[in-house]
Amino acid sequence: MNNKSFTSFIDVAKSFCSINGSLHEAVRDFNLDIGDNEFFCLLGPTGCGKTTVLNMLAGFESPTSGSINFAGKNITSTDSKRAVIFQSQDSLYPWLTVIDNVEFGLRMKGMPKAQRRQLAAEFLKLVGLSGHENKHPSELSGGMKQRVQIARVLANNPRMLLMDEPFAALDAQTRTLMQQELRRIWVRDRLSVLFITHDIDEALMLASRIGVMRAGPASSIKGFIEVRLGEERSRTTSDYAEHFQEVHNMIREEVMRSHQ
Amino acid sequence: MKIKYEYMNKLREYCTYLLGFLALFGSWHLLTYLMPSILFPGPAVVISKAFSLLQDGSLVENLSISLMRIFSGFILGAAIGIPLGLIMGNFRFMKRLLEPSTEFLRFIPSVAMITLAVIWFGIGEASKIFLIAYTTIFIVIISTAAAVLSIHTDKIRAAEILGANRKQIFFFVSLPAAMPGILTGLRVAMGNSFTTIVAAEMVAADSGLGTMLWQGRLFMLIDQIFVSLLALGLVGFAVDRLFRVGIIRFGGKYSAVA
Repeated sequence: MNNKSFTSFIDVAKSFCSINGSLHEAVRDFNLDIGDNEFFCLLGPTGCGKTTVLNMLAGFESPTSGSINFAGKNITSTDSKRAVIFQSQDSLYPWLTVIDNVEFGLRMKGMPKAQRRQLAAEFLKLVGLSGHENKHPSELSGGMKQRVQIARVLANNPRMLLMDEPFAALDAQTRTLMQQELRRIWVRDRLSVLFITHDIDEALMLASRIGVMRAGPASSIKGFIEVRLGEERSRTTSDYAEHFQEVHNMIREEVMRSHQ
Repeated sequence: MKIKYEYMNKLREYCTYLLGFLALFGSWHLLTYLMPSILFPGPAVVISKAFSLLQDGSLVENLSISLMRIFSGFILGAAIGIPLGLIMGNFRFMKRLLEPSTEFLRFIPSVAMITLAVIWFGIGEASKIFLIAYTTIFIVIISTAAAVLSIHTDKIRAAEILGANRKQIFFFVSLPAAMPGILTGLRVAMGNSFTTIVAAEMVAADSGLGTMLWQGRLFMLIDQIFVSLLALGLVGFAVDRLFRVGIIRFGGKYSAVA
């Protein structure tokens, strides 16, 4: 354990053909190592290529050049060891009940019904959704749907969580609550996490380390900040304020550039 | 407590429907009262005529013949249309290959095909089933392909990272996710089937609701015409309910039809 380069991006570049036919370079010379029990937050202004980085690590897209390694192997496709939690709640299946949604991955793997039902119930309990097993997603609030997403991937026993602004669409109170819950689950399991956000506060409440991205196109990482705020985090300490200032100074210029 | 609440909700829904029907028949009655004419019978006259046609068996016979034709043709059309739509929605190449045929034939209305159907298949069942299948296929193809294409990418990606293979993604994600769209297409196609069967039976048939309508005109049986129209409306409403139940089942309780 404690492998500092459990995941590594090596000189990764990614270009897309945009709608008007021109080539758009999202990231270039992108290098990043994430440890096997590290909560890593990727912070950057809109359009800087954060989601592209996540999609490549998930295996949804492949890099134009360079390579991405995960647990000692080059990534060529998606893998249930790298679970994704999407921002959009459209990733849940509205025709299945909450517990059937959580069981989905186990069912695909052929786990017997009784066993997967028990496992799914445990993970629903972990995310605080006991009692909602037989509801359909359309009957749940936004925060509850994101809890279902978390339970659904955790039931699949992943090594890493990839989260693309999963709480961005939630109201402020629910978001804070979800951050605390996620932090609690992370402290329990110590999974490797890549969490994407544009919210400095969210990054400080969650991450062990923050990487700030430059404004796109052809973006890469501008710098890293170790977050030394302890296990129980509070927004009212002077440590928090210092960290905030540090991250803010690093990202401000990039935000300005992305709006030019 | 929750069960009771849902039960009350259902009860309220049905009562509202009943009220809606009463309002419909009430306004019909009122209209015939305000404009009394032998050419416009009221609901009481029509319903009593319906009972006499039920008693001599002709209404049941004509209705069941029309429904048999509709369902045979509709099931045939759906059985061809849904797989084709799924193929076109999943493979861009096949979509481009088949689109010239589907988009071309779609604009030739089934009513325009009646003459050809009668020449090819005679005035028996075959021509009716052909016409209903024809009118169903293209609507179903287009709505199925569109339903597949509009599945949110995250639904498919979520299945990938949960370890589903391509076949599992098709059967456990794409198909149920496309279901509301497919059912909506079937629902529209069912409406068109009603149009087509009446037109076909008026032109070339010796039984069915369309024939009943046409004979009503020939023999000036105004009340019989109204009985046919009433039967079409009521049966159509009942069939449509079934589709709505299906759409809500797959699309969640906030589907557009709910």
